[in-house]
Amino acid sequence: MPLLDVKDLSVTFARRGQRTVRAVDGVSFSVEAGEVVGLVGESGCGKSVTSLALMGLLPKQRGVTIGGSAMFGDTDLLKTDERTMRDIRGRDVAMIFQDPLSSLNPVIPIGIQVTEVLTRHRGLTGAKATAEATDLLNRVGIPDPTRRLKEYPHQLSGGMRQRALIAMAVACAPKLLIADEPTTALDVTIQAQILELLRGLVRDSGTALVMITHDLGVVAGMCDTVNVLYAGRVVESARRKPLFADPRHPYTTGLLGSVPRLDAGKGERLHAIRGSVRDVLPWPDGCAFAPRCDRRVDACVGEPPALVEGVHRHAYRCVNPESRTVEVPS
Amino acid sequence: MSTKTDKIDRLGELTAAKQDEHGVSLWTEAFRRVRRNPTALVGIAILVIFVLVAIIGPWVAPYSPTDFIGKGEVRSGQGIIPGPSAEHWLGYDHQGRDELSRLLVGARQTLLVGIISTLIGLTIGALVGGIAGAAAGLGGRVGRAVDSVLMRIVDMLLALPSLLLAVSIAALLGASLTTVMIAVGVVSVPIFARLLRGAMVAQANSDYVLAATSLGVKRTKIAIGHILPNSLAPVIVQATLTLATAIIEAAALSFLGLGNPDSATPEWGLMLAEAQRFLDIRPGLAIYPALGIIITALGFTLLGEAMREALDPKLRK
Repeated sequence: MPLLDVKDLSVTFARRGQRTVRAVDGVSFSVEAGEVVGLVGESGCGKSVTSLALMGLLPKQRGVTIGGSAMFGDTDLLKTDERTMRDIRGRDVAMIFQDPLSSLNPVIPIGIQVTEVLTRHRGLTGAKATAEATDLLNRVGIPDPTRRLKEYPHQLSGGMRQRALIAMAVACAPKLLIADEPTTALDVTIQAQILELLRGLVRDSGTALVMITHDLGVVAGMCDTVNVLYAGRVVESARRKPLFADPRHPYTTGLLGSVPRLDAGKGERLHAIRGSVRDVLPWPDGCAFAPRCDRRVDACVGEPPALVEGVHRHAYRCVNPESRTVEVPS
Repeated sequence: MSTKTDKIDRLGELTAAKQDEHGVSLWTEAFRRVRRNPTALVGIAILVIFVLVAIIGPWVAPYSPTDFIGKGEVRSGQGIIPGPSAEHWLGYDHQGRDELSRLLVGARQTLLVGIISTLIGLTIGALVGGIAGAAAGLGGRVGRAVDSVLMRIVDMLLALPSLLLAVSIAALLGASLTTVMIAVGVVSVPIFARLLRGAMVAQANSDYVLAATSLGVKRTKIAIGHILPNSLAPVIVQATLTLATAIIEAAALSFLGLGNPDSATPEWGLMLAEAQRFLDIRPGLAIYPALGIIITALGFTLLGEAMREALDPKLRK
């Protein structure tokens, strides 16, 4: 049984006088213990909403509807009441956010923010909590942790802040960690360090990691399994190697093609997917990617393409998939 | 992690740490900026003098403020009130008491009225606003209802003209100095309540609240430990500014005859009220306490404005 089994997750936002938005539209994926799973896609494809839904952090208002199930052990994260959810958050499932500066409270020293979690879930107080917090900061690679504990977020560098947030997230050794674009706000050298740190934590503690990113470099370096999202649905899902070696969905190949390469020929133009995320076809009317797709055929429009399962659990949602092996010359 | 990048990172931290050596928290940083602001220094200087006078006034006053020492010389009915002289620098008041002594001693009452009425307003306002803000930000449906009820009451208070409200309260409780403090305090309650509530609602949507929630921190803890400390800056600025308006409003109420009817304890607003009858004979009697009130209010306002600038993150360099 997987650690986390998300089935048919859907999130809709309805506002009076505006059309209903299906931000997530039937996403299914599973995470095994100790596994790193990537959720990849461009802005607005439903990555962050998926993570917030799993954490139970979407606002509970009229108009926000969450469907499907997310089994975490015996509990369904989507249907658990708020009180139980508060116990689960931080202890069993924790999250790392995109912007480390705004995710830390600016007027409270780092130390208090770290020990708060330790007090909440592990009952540690006073000197014991401080000692554990020092140890945590040490583990995430913050030098001179005793001094850092007394400092405020604005006194730390960007990388340090993200390390502090990671320390808070792993403080209670959660079984599942959700990282929502953890390196987007950082510069490239720090990005590499943070990814290395996350990789180490996953390896050492057996924590499973859901990595939400738009950066295929991050995916290539970290993930065991990758789910590519487009307009709220998984369009391709595979182990890392087959995905990079043999991408089937035109959106995936488009993403891969738009990564700048060092070995590209001189003067070669960077590939871009034409159109923008706004040019979607609603899923019920066909493939949402069809308006931007170069391989569009008549069958793309009319009814939504089903998720086709290929070899080695390599699944894709396309009626005219790319294929490296079968290249038909015209 | 390669040792090279590690070293670079470490180097960056060392330099960053050096720049920040003095600054600790937002507040320390803010006070540092207030200290560097000349306007704030003027305000602080005025306030230091005012507070000093309020404390030592009774001891440095040349005469007793309640002694009718000039009784024989003053004929207020016939328009004779002796002006400044070598013995009495600011002359007598209409009952023959030494004006300078009354001013010096009256500073304490004036300061007390300002501070106590501001404290009344701040305490009740912050309590109401804090509860409403916490409820609105984190309480779900019940919380929003609590917030709505509290804020509509506050709105009703705010809808009444403040002077009318103060006069009604004073009329209800009977004229005394305590009444003035309560009336002025109640008038500032809705301002504090709205301000704190607004700041807390804004903070409730911030990323660090989401992050704390994602770590399972309890709602009350988030409200008190995270949202409240981030929402206090505007309230503190407002309190400083309210000290100025409270002194002026208290003077206005005294002027209208709602303050302490017994003129034995001198208070600037009361002195101003009494002087109006003799404005044509001795305008000085009105001008001295009025100047005192204006300068003190200016001091609080200058400091308040400087604090607003210092605490506003948008103005930080």
